[in-house]
Amino acid sequence: MSIIVDGQTKLVVSGLTGREGSFHGLRNRAYGTDLVAGVTPGKGGQDVEGVPVFDAIREAVAERDANTSMIFVPARFAAAAIEEAIEAGVETVIAITEGIPVLDMLRVYWRAQEAGVRLIGPNCPGVLSPGKANVGIIPAQFFDSGSIGVVSKSGTLTYQIGNELKQAGMGNSSIVGIGGDPIVGSDFIDVLAMFEADEETEGIVMVGEIGGDAEERAADFIAESVSKPVVAYIAGFTAPPGKQMGHAGAIISGSEGTAEAKKQALEARGVRVGRSPTETAQLAVGAMRAL
Amino acid sequence: MDLLEYQGKGLFAAHDVPVPDGRHATTVDDAVAAANEIGYPCVVKAQVAIGKRGKAGGIKVAKDEAEARAHAEAILGMDIRGFQVHDLWIETASEIAAEYYASIVLDRSEKKLLAMLSRMGGMDVEEVVETDPEALVRRHVAPGRDLTVDEAREIAIDAGIDEDVTDQVAELLVKLAQVAVVEDATLLEVNPLIVTGDRRVVALDSKATIDNNALFRHPELAELTDRSSEDPQEAMAKQRGLTYVKLGGEIGILGNGAGLCMSTLDVVAQAGGRPANFLDAGGGSKADAIVAALEVITSDPNVTAILFNIFGGITRCDEIANGIIEASERIDIDVPLVVRLDGTNSEEGLGILAEAELGNLHVEQTMLGAAETVVGLAGEGR
Repeated sequence: MSIIVDGQTKLVVSGLTGREGSFHGLRNRAYGTDLVAGVTPGKGGQDVEGVPVFDAIREAVAERDANTSMIFVPARFAAAAIEEAIEAGVETVIAITEGIPVLDMLRVYWRAQEAGVRLIGPNCPGVLSPGKANVGIIPAQFFDSGSIGVVSKSGTLTYQIGNELKQAGMGNSSIVGIGGDPIVGSDFIDVLAMFEADEETEGIVMVGEIGGDAEERAADFIAESVSKPVVAYIAGFTAPPGKQMGHAGAIISGSEGTAEAKKQALEARGVRVGRSPTETAQLAVGAMRAL
Repeated sequence: MDLLEYQGKGLFAAHDVPVPDGRHATTVDDAVAAANEIGYPCVVKAQVAIGKRGKAGGIKVAKDEAEARAHAEAILGMDIRGFQVHDLWIETASEIAAEYYASIVLDRSEKKLLAMLSRMGGMDVEEVVETDPEALVRRHVAPGRDLTVDEAREIAIDAGIDEDVTDQVAELLVKLAQVAVVEDATLLEVNPLIVTGDRRVVALDSKATIDNNALFRHPELAELTDRSSEDPQEAMAKQRGLTYVKLGGEIGILGNGAGLCMSTLDVVAQAGGRPANFLDAGGGSKADAIVAALEVITSDPNVTAILFNIFGGITRCDEIANGIIEASERIDIDVPLVVRLDGTNSEEGLGILAEAELGNLHVEQTMLGAAETVVGLAGEGR
C-alpha cells in the first residue's frame, strides 16, 4: 500500500494545456500515473499528446472516471479551480499552484472539509508513491519504493533527504508535500494518521519549518496516536522574527512558531530531531534498522 | 506587507471605520501646512514600522505652528531603533476617556478569522494576556460568513466595554472584520481604540498586514511603500523578482527552494558562520536568475564569502553551472564562492565547473562540507 496516490489514481490536470501543466502532467504519465484528462475552459475537445482536454472537471469525472485532480492553474484562478474540483466529486485534490491568497484558501479549506474531499497543498510539490504513481513535481529518481513515509512542508529539502535515504538503501511508501502556506488542505496530523494506518509504512520522516504550530500539534498527536517511529527535521533556526522566509507560512510572529520551540515540542514527545538533513536521514536509517 | 499607520488609517477611512482627521507629510513645510489646516492642538507622528514610537520621541503634540514646525524638524530623519523616519502623519489631537484594544487576525491553527477585544488598550496584547487573561475576549468568525452585529455586541459585553459605547464598538468590530475580508488583511489591529471625551469610538492607531499573494487584486495597496524599513539589497532583489531577506552576517547564501535555503542558513550557523542573507533562487534557476542573485549578494559590503547550495530536482545542475560561469564573466566577484551541486545532472554540472577553472571557486560534495569551507573562507576574507 501507499497513501493518497497509487495504481487506482485516475488523474485530471487543471491547466494541462499550460507550459508547466503539460510538462509535469506528461512527466507524471511517463512515470506510470494514469493521466485520464486535462481541463482548460474553452479548450474542450483538444488533446495534449493524446490526453483529452475538457472545458470542466465535471466532464472529466463523468467521461473519464477521474478521481484525483491536480491544480496547475495560475494563482488568481486556482482557488476557483480547486472549488470546481471539489464540486465535481473527485476524492482528492492536489494543488501545486504557488501564491494563492490566504483568505481564498480559508474558504476553500472549509469547502473541502464539508465535501469530505482530501486536499493537499497548495504551494506544494505533490505526492509520490514510488513505483505506483506520481502526482506533482517531485523528481522520482531520488526515491526508491520502500517502507518510510515522508511528510514535508518543503520540496527541495525533501528531495535532499530522500536522496540520502536512497543512498543508504532505504525507500519510501509515499512522499507527501503538504506545502508551506499558512493555510493548507492537509496538515502533518492528517498525513501522519494516514501513514499510521498504512500497512506498508513502517517509519515516518517529518520535515517541518518555522511558522504556525502544526509541528507542535503533530508532536502531541504522535505521542497519543502514532505507534511507528517518527524522525523529524525543522528548518529555520536562524530566521529572524517578522521576516517571511520564502514560503508565505514561514514567518515567526511573537514567540510562536520558532524552530527551537518546535524541536523542543517534538523531542519532549520522544521524536528525534536531526540537526541537518543528512543527520535526519541517518536517524531515520537507524530507526528503521532497529525495528 | 505591513502598512504604516497612515496607510492603515487610509484603509480604515475608506471603509467608514472612524479615525481622527489627519494628513500625510514628507517635508517640514508640508507638515506645518497640514497642521494649520487641521488646527491645534495636533499630533505629529513618525511613520515607521515599529512599535513604541512615543517612547522614542516619535510622537509629539503641537499647540501652535511654531511647535508643529519644531516637532516636524525633530522627527523627520530621526532613527527609531534602526528605522529612519521619512513620513509624518499630522493628526488632530484626541481627548481620551478610555483606551481599548481591538483586532482581527487570521488564526492559522483553527483556519478561521479571530476577533479580539479588550478593555485594556494602549499596551501590547501579550502584556494584557499576561496581566489579566480574562480581559481579552477572543471569538472566531464562522467560516464562510461575516461577523454579525449581535456576535460583536456579545464580544463587547463580555469584554466589559463601557455600556454607552457598546454599539459603537460592536459596529467597529464588524466593519474591521469586513475590511479584513475585502482587503485581504491577515492582521488588523487597533491599539488603542479610544473613546473620546464626547463619547465617540475612534481608531487612534492602526496596524495592518496585507497578504502579499492577494496584492494583484489591490493595485492601490501594492503601490504603497515603506521607505523606513527598506534595505538597499532587499529593494534591489525586489526589482529583480527574487526572494531575499537581509540577515546581517558575512556569508552570502543562495539556495533553491525556501526549505533548503533555510536549512542552509542553519547549517552555516552550526558551522560557526553568520549568514548575510536568505535568497531562494526558485525552481527554474536559469543563468539570468543566477546573475541577478549574485549581483544582489555581492552588492552587500559585509559579504566576504558566498555559498551556493543547490539540490537539483526540476532544476538541472548543468544549467546552474553554466549560470555560475556566465555570472562570473558578467559581474566582478571578488569574494570566494563555494558551490555544492547535487541532484539532477550534478555530475555534468561539476564537470562544467571543473573545466572552467574559475580562480575563486571551491566545489564541495556535501552540505556540511560546503558550510565548513565557506565559514573558513569568510573568516580569512575579513
